[in-house]
Amino acid sequence: MNGPHDLGGRDGHGPVAPRADEPLFHAPWEARALALTLAAGALGQWSLDRSRAAREDRDPVDYLTSGYYGIWIKALERLLLDHGLVGADELAAGRAADGPRPDVGPAPGPREMAAALARGTSAARDPGGRRPRFVPGDRVLTRNHQPRGHTRLPAYARGRIGTVEAVRGHHLFADRSAAGEDVADWLYTVRFDGHMLWGTRAEPGTSVSIDAWEAYLDDA
Amino acid sequence: MAGHDHEGSHLDDMTARVMAIETVLTEKGLVDPGALDLIVETYENRVGPRNGARVVGRAWSDRDFADWLGRDATAAIASMGFAGRQGEHMTAVFNAPGRHNMVVCTLCSCYPWSVLGLPPSWYKSAPYRARAVMEPRAVLAEFGVTLPEGTEIRVWDSTAEQRYLVIPERPAGSDGLSEAALADLVTRDSMIGTGLARAPSEGGR
Repeated sequence: MNGPHDLGGRDGHGPVAPRADEPLFHAPWEARALALTLAAGALGQWSLDRSRAAREDRDPVDYLTSGYYGIWIKALERLLLDHGLVGADELAAGRAADGPRPDVGPAPGPREMAAALARGTSAARDPGGRRPRFVPGDRVLTRNHQPRGHTRLPAYARGRIGTVEAVRGHHLFADRSAAGEDVADWLYTVRFDGHMLWGTRAEPGTSVSIDAWEAYLDDA
Repeated sequence: MAGHDHEGSHLDDMTARVMAIETVLTEKGLVDPGALDLIVETYENRVGPRNGARVVGRAWSDRDFADWLGRDATAAIASMGFAGRQGEHMTAVFNAPGRHNMVVCTLCSCYPWSVLGLPPSWYKSAPYRARAVMEPRAVLAEFGVTLPEGTEIRVWDSTAEQRYLVIPERPAGSDGLSEAALADLVTRDSMIGTGLARAPSEGGR
């Protein structure tokens, strides 16, 4: 989607303001927001891509002023409601009105959660004999791909010519994973010269790479 | 996104909102409060940038390990015990004379948690995400980093599940230091590409 999250190359956001000795969390609720998002995700009801879609599909003003974990919490509420895991009345009251959806849970305990964090979730999928269409060194043209749904092809890199730098593997395809499908595609790192992306505003001697699924690419 | 300037005003509202979610999910048995504590404790105390610093320290002192890291960073890093969430698919990118690497996620906040922990606020902020791809030299200047003229800058936008760890250049004057002493010269920002490793004369962390 052409959402407010797609920030690459946007002007007017001001200087980067690194802070020394910044705390990991700025308030206790931020730590709980992280934990709740990961723990709810561990129920297996939605993919990481679906949760990214829930964060970015919102009013631009809301996106840019909610703060990082504020967006996470708003997205988590939406995911919980959309999947029927909680009711709006329950969130408003701060109390459960009835039990869990019968087919969900039980919640992983601390040991299972520690194992899940240590294991991670691989995005790699068996290509089943399907070969990558491109090899490193190939020149490729990114598609002018502007779906209403989730995508990981940033606006600044659409309709641009770049060079395949690496084949990363046959990975779960974000656009379809966000829609609830477990479909994979070949993933490449594609590098663009700064001038290709930014014209005369490019700084000399700079390049940018993205990781792009084959569905985003054509022969140049 | 707008950063910490705006977060204070949301604080009480957000505390109540988050507590409501936690209470409802806990009462339904959909989250285990012990598991929530475990998650926070993991990223507060166990998974952070010292993991990545140890990887860099080894890469600087062990040529075979550095080669492995270049070929298969996921396996090389896992051999040190640093695997897991948001580090499932790793690539190490090596700085060298005349070449500097810098990592960003313009679309959200993708970051190699297994080696660097949770990202700092600036990494998640709109200014960094907007500008790192377009004017990396100007951004580096705001971090106090000026590279030699003619240095090529390669920016890596983390748009999929591949995560990038920058291996900074080994500082001059670090010959003979142990792997652990070398790791102490490695800053978090040097592994994102918005900083350089410290010189031994600057002291440890």
